Order: sequence, then structure tokens, then C-alpha cells
Amino acid sequence: MKKLEQITDDAYSVDHPLYDSPEYRSTALRSPKKPLLILPHTLSELSGPAFGEDDVAELDSDLTRQHEGEPLGERIIVTGQVLDSLGKPVRNSLIEIWQANAAGRYVHKVDQHPAPLDPNFTGAGRCLTDAEGRYRFVTVKPGAYPWRNHPNAWRPAHIHLSIFGRAFTERLVTQMYFPGDPLFPADPIFNSVRDPKARERMISTFDWETTTPEWALGYRFDIVLGGPGATPLEEPHG
Amino acid sequence: MAKLGQTPSQTVGPFFFFGLCVLPAANELVTPDVKDAIVISGRVLDGAGEPLPDAMVEIWQADAEGVYRDNFGWARSGTSADGEFSFVTVKPGRVPGPEETLQAPHLTVLVFARGMLKAAQTRMYFSDEAEANAEDPVLNGIEDERARASLIAGHAENGFRFDIHLQGDRQTAFFAI
Ligand SMILES: [Fe+3]
Repeated sequence: MKKLEQITDDAYSVDHPLYDSPEYRSTALRSPKKPLLILPHTLSELSGPAFGEDDVAELDSDLTRQHEGEPLGERIIVTGQVLDSLGKPVRNSLIEIWQANAAGRYVHKVDQHPAPLDPNFTGAGRCLTDAEGRYRFVTVKPGAYPWRNHPNAWRPAHIHLSIFGRAFTERLVTQMYFPGDPLFPADPIFNSVRDPKARERMISTFDWETTTPEWALGYRFDIVLGGPGATPLEEPHG
Repeated sequence: MAKLGQTPSQTVGPFFFFGLCVLPAANELVTPDVKDAIVISGRVLDGAGEPLPDAMVEIWQADAEGVYRDNFGWARSGTSADGEFSFVTVKPGRVPGPEETLQAPHLTVLVFARGMLKAAQTRMYFSDEAEANAEDPVLNGIEDERARASLIAGHAENGFRFDIHLQGDRQTAFFAI
């Protein structure tokens, strides 16, 4: 039987952070240290769950209309396209988002940041990409928030996103940041991505075309998935 | 054609539960009363052997006939305060592997957590499938006996038990694709 080849995290994760990223202290005990085994691309790696209209409701993508009143904060539209590594749109992809409110507080019992909760904002949403791979959320701009990683540590404002591609192994969880944030240089999570060009891909762009007069600012965030089609290893395993 | 640079992975952080783990029964592929239903439970453990109360495990599997279907086979379980995840499912059938081989029944497993900047990918096999496991091209491709054993879930009441060790001597074998 053919032995599976191994690859170090360092060699494998060109666009992604390493598991072992000491500046982000919680990785210390949670980072796998052994080399990764390279799987052949069988149906198990090439297939994945499909989602449809039944999995999302209309209000799921508008985080400003999930309660009686409107949340406080700066209303924004976040939109973009999900693409595979060849630039083809990924349609019917389920995107889930979660975020802090405008004051930088999460609806989560573990969040101890002494900033106010907003009774009109939960901060969770979901939607499906359309035939062109496009998605769109309406929300409020999340605030920055402190954490205990190091003295005076603050996370730059961000929205968490979870994306299903066509294959389960294409699955991505990431964070979308906002342009020009002064907290970038001091954030170990943002900087865990070693390549500065790859880091740029996590920053949304302010977009006049999406910005709606008298109503909301628009940000554009395109997402490129990796997965089995993106590695140079696709052929020999048949 | 030039390949596009990928969007980098980032951690789910500590606060993902209200965003990702609120759908009812997201950890059930079948209801517990279905004939042949099995429970797969376990813990995600860190390098100090402590279970993680803020991790999320997702599975993807074929149906009992060994067919990957669009609308069946994916489930998600956040870990509880004492670090437990659990799924109710049916044992998948065998699916084809490379070069005319047949794979043993298995699940694809992804682990997400605070402190993990990207998901860890592994597979779970079944301890009562010794014959099929002996023919499995992935299991047989792993030389290290402990690494191979780390992928095989043991028998438990109503199903199987699968602990995932993120680090240390007992680290679970993780994959690249
Ligand atoms: Fe966050």
C-alpha cells in the first residue's frame, strides 16, 4: 500500500496562518505539532453538503431587522462574491456571520467587556450565494473590543464569516476587517497570516457602488476558497 | 490560468456559539429513535489533556449505502462546558477510494476552536470494522501505529467514542488535502 506523504504546516499553509502562532497565546496548547498527512482526493474530500432556500429565511441576512426596534450604530451593507481558486463563482454557498454590536460587545455570556448590550441587536446572520456567487448582508459596523492576550490588547473591528464551498474540505472560517484600522499592526490574529498580500485579502474595501444614499455605507468583501482544487497535488492521486 | 490567492483562515474565536450553534438538532443526522441510529461522542483535548469547552466539531459522511448525498451527511456540534461533543447518525457505508480500492466506513471531521487559527481536518473510523479497516487505503497509508490508531473510534454505549487530541504524544493524525 502507498504511504501517505507528509507536509509540514509551514510548507502547506502558504496563504493561511500556522497552527502554532505564539503571539496569539491560546495557540500554545491547541496547535497540532506533527506534520500533516496528505490525503488522496477521494469522494470524501471532493463532496460536501448542499444548501438551499429552505436553509435561510429572508430576515436572516438583515441583522438590523431581527428585533422590535433598530440597533444603534452605523448601518452598513457588506457584499461580495465567493470564488474558487480559478475565479469561478461558488453558488448556493451557505455563509454564516457573527459579530459584536456597535459598542464592541457580543451577545455571549462569556463576553465580560463592560460595554452595553443592544436589545435590538443579536449579531448573527446567514445567507446563500446567488448564481454569480454573490452574497449581501445588512448590519451595523461592529466596535473594536479588548481581550486578554497581552497588556492593552484590542481586536480591530471585524465580522466573523463561515463559508461552505462545494466540497467539505473547501470550508473556510475567516474574519473580515475594515479598511485603515489603526489596530492592525498590534493584532496577533490578523498578523498570524504571514504574507502581507494575503493579509490584505481579509480587509474589505469601502465601496461607493454599494453605498446607498441617505441609508447605509457599503463594504465589499470577496472570498476566495481553497480546497482540493487549489493545491498543486490534485492529479497524481487519481 | 493563474490561481487566485486564497482568503486566509482566522479563528472562530471564543464567541461563535450564538452564531453557529443555535440551530436545533444540528448534531442529529437522524433522530435517536431511528433503527440503526448510533451516538458518536467524544472530547476535544488540548496539549495538557484538558477538554475544550469552546470548540466546535463538524462531520461529513456518506449514507448507510455509501452514497454521498446533497441533503444528508453534514452535522455540527459545539462542545459543552465539560468539553463534550456528540452526534446522532447512522454508520456510513463504504465509498470508493483511489485505484479501485474500497474505503472503510469513515467520517470526515473538522475541528474549530478558539486558539485554532484554522480548522484541523481528520477522519473517524469504526473499531468494529476491523476487516474493512485493514483494506482502507488511508489507514494503510499511515506507518505510525499510534497515528493510525488515533483515527479509530472505540465502542461505547449506543455507539462510539472518539476523543480528538490536538497536541502531544497522543495527537490525533491530521490531514492536508
Ligand atoms: Fe470576534
